[in-house]
Amino acid sequence: MKIREIGELLDAKLLTGEDGLDNEVSSACCSDMMSDVLAYVKDQGVLITGLINPQVIRTANMMDMVCIVFARGKAPTEEMIDLAAECGITVMCTKKRAFEASGILYCAGLSRKSEAKDA
Amino acid sequence: MPDKVRFHFDVDGSDFSSAGAASVQVKKKLRQLAYPPEIIRKVSIAMYEGEINMVIHANGGVVDVEASDEEIVIVLSDRGPGIPDVDLAMQAGYSTAKDNIRNLGFGAGMGFPNMKKYTDYMRIDTEVGKGTTVTMKVKL
Repeated sequence: MKIREIGELLDAKLLTGEDGLDNEVSSACCSDMMSDVLAYVKDQGVLITGLINPQVIRTANMMDMVCIVFARGKAPTEEMIDLAAECGITVMCTKKRAFEASGILYCAGLSRKSEAKDA
Repeated sequence: MPDKVRFHFDVDGSDFSSAGAASVQVKKKLRQLAYPPEIIRKVSIAMYEGEINMVIHANGGVVDVEASDEEIVIVLSDRGPGIPDVDLAMQAGYSTAKDNIRNLGFGAGMGFPNMKKYTDYMRIDTEVGKGTTVTMKVKL
């Protein structure tokens, strides 16, 4: 799935990283616990979270994730957006809750293949 | 890849918002030096966990990274409270982090296990009341 499609499916507002919209991703992770993202995520390109702090961006960067979706209408700070731009990460925010956003993306095919073996 | 490159960072322990910034810098530099992505990923995750630990538990410290064509060595040193029981601290899920840290998304007790998982060598030298030095190596 292209990152652009994620934005469309979630009716999300793009905050930075327009250049990355045509990048392909095949799986996603939804968590507010960055410790868990660091410990359990493998080859997942998209992070869906409701947590707002610079470590969200840094954690995604460490994990080579290419897109962050902030759920529940949470708005990242300017500092976070600048950091994401520096790291080449596409950032968007959606009014949908994290569970709903995850469900929509899962139904559209994201993570279907990789989830089983990561569990 | 160069013969040997060294990086040094002072990690500010007073401001959580900057925690992890040194790891972002190291990742960027290792990319510029054309290290393989999987090596960079291992080093990044291990150092980031260590850097976050340092800010949460030890009021900051220093990080030294030495990158060669054989291995990347990461040394994190702090003058924090030290670790009374290293075996316990190594257990997955064990954490002494307070709720305010969990609210920031950390403190699940996976830091040390994760650092061990992503490195080929890990050594913890610690003394209660004096501080902790964690040395990690990732082989190429």
